[in-house]
Amino acid sequence: MSSINQLLLEAKSVTKYFGTITALENVNLKIHAGECLGVVGDNGAGKTTLMKVLSGLYKPSSGSLYFDGKKEILESPKDSQELGLEMVYQDLALAGNLPIGENIFLGREPTKNLGFIKLLDFKKIKELTDAHLGKLKINVKSADQKVEELSGGQRQAVAIARSTAFNAKVVIMDEPTAALAIKEVGKVLDLINSLKKTGVGVIVISHRMDDIFAVCDRVMALFQGTNFAESELSKTSRDEVIGWIMGKK
Amino acid sequence: MDNKDQKKDSLYLKLIPYFDRYGILLLLFIMIVVMHFLQPDVFLSWRNVTNVFKQISWQSMLALGVFMVIVTAGIDLSVGSIMMLSLMILAIVAKAGAPWFVVAMTPLIAGLICGLINGLGITILRMPHPFIMTLGTLYIFRGTGNLISGGTPISGFTDEVRYLGHGRIDLTWLGLEKSQYLPVSLVLIAIVYIIFWVFMNHTRTGKWIYAIGGNPSAARASGVNVNKILVIVYSLCGFLSGIGALILAGRTDSGYPNAGLQSELDAIAACIIGGASFFGGRGTVLGVFAGVMIMGILRNGLNLMDVSSFWQQVLIGSIIVLAVYIDVLRRDLGTRK
Repeated sequence: MSSINQLLLEAKSVTKYFGTITALENVNLKIHAGECLGVVGDNGAGKTTLMKVLSGLYKPSSGSLYFDGKKEILESPKDSQELGLEMVYQDLALAGNLPIGENIFLGREPTKNLGFIKLLDFKKIKELTDAHLGKLKINVKSADQKVEELSGGQRQAVAIARSTAFNAKVVIMDEPTAALAIKEVGKVLDLINSLKKTGVGVIVISHRMDDIFAVCDRVMALFQGTNFAESELSKTSRDEVIGWIMGKK
Repeated sequence: MDNKDQKKDSLYLKLIPYFDRYGILLLLFIMIVVMHFLQPDVFLSWRNVTNVFKQISWQSMLALGVFMVIVTAGIDLSVGSIMMLSLMILAIVAKAGAPWFVVAMTPLIAGLICGLINGLGITILRMPHPFIMTLGTLYIFRGTGNLISGGTPISGFTDEVRYLGHGRIDLTWLGLEKSQYLPVSLVLIAIVYIIFWVFMNHTRTGKWIYAIGGNPSAARASGVNVNKILVIVYSLCGFLSGIGALILAGRTDSGYPNAGLQSELDAIAACIIGGASFFGGRGTVLGVFAGVMIMGILRNGLNLMDVSSFWQQVLIGSIIVLAVYIDVLRRDLGTRK
């Protein structure tokens, strides 16, 4: 399916040095609309570095990034956000003392003008939140609930909702199920599937084979900073992918 | 647990958010009722009520500034010194014969600059905690105030300069007696608190202040310029201390070296009693106002009953501990088990 869909983001021979250490060497990555790419690899294989290059947090030593086929140079995560790339961080990056809606719109709150003063438009925040949560089939009691009152899975769902509230084309998720209770993992995976249906390209970094095989269409393995192996999910097996992580083909 | 018990339980749980929000007002109300029964002729008299508001007027400005800082999980120990320095600058400018509107503007600008120094120190010098920066400026600002004034009081301001702290709004046109006036400082408290209530609850910057207190990295990841917001918060805190200085100038007609000594602790106490959390992200403008009122009424009531100021210290300290303990209990009830 990936071949017929639009190519959203491509990294071509990205190399990243930290001093004398080579963290990434000539790494390539492609993500298409409505596709989920699993990125696997052992600790230190370069997964996180690659994601930080994609989001603009690190500048690559060489190599280039193409968003919608156009070469772009990212100066900061803000640039990648403007191009439609969002990160869902492992530590969730939510403010527990604020309600769900205000977390989703934090930093980008809709306002209304009262004379020359801009006031928050709480009605609009609530409407947009309800509509967005509904679209992703996320069930919470109310958009006014504080995030600290939610379970780990619900928080992860809010974090994902947050990342996709502003026309995100590509969402990168770093270990989206690592901190969750088993019964909540399924809900987050369902959410990733509904995200794909909206045409978003999802990159999932995970150690859990169950997650990779539940949501991904393609899987790529990094080993010691290089592209080690890549395959359509249907043409590989758990054991093979686990072998790639350990550097065996 | 049978059904009836469950129902009772859920009603109780439903009440928690209201208690959370308005419990402090309940405490304030109970205090007023108790004081009224203890001093039925005096406590609720026009004269005494206006007195309470005049007494809390400048403290309420410091408390509001410190409150915003506490919401960001910070602390400002220098507000008393900022007020003293602003007051001394006002006194010197007044003595130099500057026109009244220049004199009235000086403490506001001085306070703003002092707050800006705190904010820049915390962000640019990357002090490990605002406690350290503002502890330093607590000494620096008071020392500077003493240096420029020679450590002696400077007295005598014009009526225009004294208007905010000393002015009276005549209410005889409402058929009230001449003694039943409205202190200008009371109106000022109301206006400033309403402005800051709107600022904290209905503007983006206000939301971001709460977000920084809740999770600074979340705020940063959301594109909020955390350092810029912190500089704004500490500057506003200094500005409010400057307003405090202007009110105090009106009340006392004097710039004196001991002005605002230890009043940073009163300001922090009012915030804590009013329900602000030291860990940031929690507290309301209404709560701070209630905290300031509770401390003001306590002092006033105990004075009326001729209780020594030593007992006042013991009681205020006890109320701080009690108020926070009630908060701890409430949070135990509110969290998931």
